[in-house]
Amino acid sequence: MNANHWSNESLQALIREREVHRDVYTSQDLFDLEMQRLFSRTWVYVGHASQVPQVADYFTTTVGDQPVVMVRHAPNDIRVLYNRCAHKGVQVVGDTQGNTGKYFRCPYHAWTYRTDGSLLAIPLKQGYDSGGLDACEAKQGMRAVGAVHVYRDFVFCRLSDTGESFESFFGDSLSTLDNMVDRSPEGKLVVAGGVYRYMHPCNWKMLVENQTDTCHPMVAHESSAGTAVKVWKAAPEGTPKPAAVELFAPFVSPYEFFEGMGIRTWRNGHGHTGTADSIHAAYSPIAGYWEAMQAAYGEARAKQILGEVRHNTIYFPNIMVKGPIQCLRLFKPIAANRTLVESWTFQLVGAPDELLARTLLYQRLINAPTSVVGHDDLEMYERAQRSLHTRAAQWVNVGRLYQANEAEQDEAVVNGTSEAQMRNQYRAWLKYMTEPQDA
Amino acid sequence: MSTAVTAPMLIDFVYHEAELLDTGDFDAWLDLFTADGVYWMPLEPGQQERRLVGSLMNEDRVLLATRIERLKGKRTFSQQPASRCHHLLQQPRVLRVDDQGGEVRTAFHYTETRGDEQTLYAGWTTHHLLLQDGALRMQLKRVDLVNCDAAFGNIQLFM
Repeated sequence: MNANHWSNESLQALIREREVHRDVYTSQDLFDLEMQRLFSRTWVYVGHASQVPQVADYFTTTVGDQPVVMVRHAPNDIRVLYNRCAHKGVQVVGDTQGNTGKYFRCPYHAWTYRTDGSLLAIPLKQGYDSGGLDACEAKQGMRAVGAVHVYRDFVFCRLSDTGESFESFFGDSLSTLDNMVDRSPEGKLVVAGGVYRYMHPCNWKMLVENQTDTCHPMVAHESSAGTAVKVWKAAPEGTPKPAAVELFAPFVSPYEFFEGMGIRTWRNGHGHTGTADSIHAAYSPIAGYWEAMQAAYGEARAKQILGEVRHNTIYFPNIMVKGPIQCLRLFKPIAANRTLVESWTFQLVGAPDELLARTLLYQRLINAPTSVVGHDDLEMYERAQRSLHTRAAQWVNVGRLYQANEAEQDEAVVNGTSEAQMRNQYRAWLKYMTEPQDA
Repeated sequence: MSTAVTAPMLIDFVYHEAELLDTGDFDAWLDLFTADGVYWMPLEPGQQERRLVGSLMNEDRVLLATRIERLKGKRTFSQQPASRCHHLLQQPRVLRVDDQGGEVRTAFHYTETRGDEQTLYAGWTTHHLLLQDGALRMQLKRVDLVNCDAAFGNIQLFM
């Protein structure tokens, strides 16, 4: 395969301490290698358990470039199978979600599979048995991914059969998911309000890097968030601040605000903005929510949960989670220059509906294909994807506030405008892209 | 002067409204909304809920004014070059007409272009029109794309 001509040395040559070679964004070859290695060796988000509440409920999606189906095999047992018939390779499950009943049935030749992927029945089976099916790969049915881990209803998988454990891969970064779930008085989230699907003609890593890029909002979003503030200020005196302006306005905060926000990095490419403050910290209270939290957790614990105002948490390689407003963005790689962004919203079970309404408003204003903030960002990604083809200059700078010892730190908290998290991602990228030294 | 609303008045309104968008006269277009008017593009087919289900757009006048102001901004880089649009409308169908206004449904093909890119969308608009100070205004313009749940690139103007 083409991608395999990348030696460890040639991959290492792409990532300098403060610079990244443009090929990591533009090379389809490297993209293919990312799919084979990076998205196989890491724990990748699949979906949420609330999308498959009943036994035999399924949800189809992709992990990297691999078509999979997430299915509830038993009440407490969620499986992730490749969505491929063992017979002719046909996609077995066509719909995005539903309930498959007792088995999956391929629409081409009616091979059927249990919800753990094992082969259930084949029409005219004798013909295969006498033909030596036992000696064939097809005998194994719909193949399962290497490993599945459900963490507080978030379903992750590792495609590779072997590799790092879930706990070791994520470490303390799971605290952001904990905080998001704890914000439900019942400690439970459900997917709600529909999904925004936004096609981006750019490399997936540009989106991941943008999530902790705190030097762009006041510049790139002057046109959207800045204009929203201007329009509101021009309204007659005494006009109440619209909810949309409350969500838009923090984007155009000054540099000092973002510097003070702080960034935390964890090993393996995870990290978040908003250790001390964030653009989600000063939203108006929602009636009835504090009371529900206090009743559920007691005042001290409730204050502690709501006092965590993390902005964007990157779970490497390709999701971003916002604990304080319960949303998850999934950056689905399609090609070196094509990424599908899905923005999912969660309802806090036991909390007032108004929290869901506010997050849906945020998603619409910021993450929808009709969002002006989204337009600002995508324009930058498209321009980068085009101009990175420049041969006269081939390095992308990620050097802001670089510190010589940062590679050795398992966890660090730094200035909020540091590009430390981008560098952290590239160190992890190299780790999961290269072959282990003893191989 | 008679203020009775007629079916032809409703139909003329729909054609006029599309023409303002196609000629880029967004300020005049915004004036066609009532003070509480809303431009709504559902995210899901047949969607009824607007608060607890996401929408592509659910814009009141403040948000519409923000979009229109933004289109004119010198630092609105996603509009350099600017987008243009084209509406191809089927004959609008009057669903209701009374003294106060009416409701009209129109099938459309909408094209949005920017630079060398051209994207075609298809769907139906439903205008909820109200007579105010002798002129029809939009209380609600609902835009149902036939593929509203698809993955889209940038949609920067108004359908």
